[in-house]
Amino acid sequence: MPMAAAEIEAMILAAIPDARVEITDLAGDGDHYAARVVAPSFAGLSRVRQHQAVYAALGGRMGGVLHALQLTTAAG
Amino acid sequence: MTDDAQARIDAVVKNNAAVLFMKGSPLFPQCGFSSRAVAILDHLDVQYESVDVLQDQGVRQGIKAYSDWPTIPQLYVNGEFVGGSDIMMEMYESGELAELFQGAAAAE
Repeated sequence: MPMAAAEIEAMILAAIPDARVEITDLAGDGDHYAARVVAPSFAGLSRVRQHQAVYAALGGRMGGVLHALQLTTAAG
Repeated sequence: MTDDAQARIDAVVKNNAAVLFMKGSPLFPQCGFSSRAVAILDHLDVQYESVDVLQDQGVRQGIKAYSDWPTIPQLYVNGEFVGGSDIMMEMYESGELAELFQGAAAAE
């Protein structure tokens, strides 16, 4: 069961309230997304830690129901 | 996941300057993200070992716990987890990945 873009955004914002989230449905199929997550609270975190924070926000769905999420993150 | 798988993963990570855990082989990647990771490393023209996680369920699940990272591919250089294909692409575009491999080669 794929996830809706709004659901992905809501889960990220619930865990990282200061984030700005842009989600693109790459294939128009509700299953292949790109997300850009920019948050002041990412300052000082490595890219790996920033991505881990987003994956944690998605609560185990990444790699499961959410197979294809291209992720870019930045502090700011 | 078994401790045995963790020990085997640790040995591969520690005993190779660069190793890519992926789905399929560099010649025949079985997933678009793994294919992208291979393409990046081929562009950099660097040496690396690869591990096909589809050949070993213990490694396939164990590697996710090993790095606390939910997806494959995963790149390790000098025993350190570097990231998945998105981070590899960002670091490739910024030149950081080439620098990392130059450092790895110099350390050998």
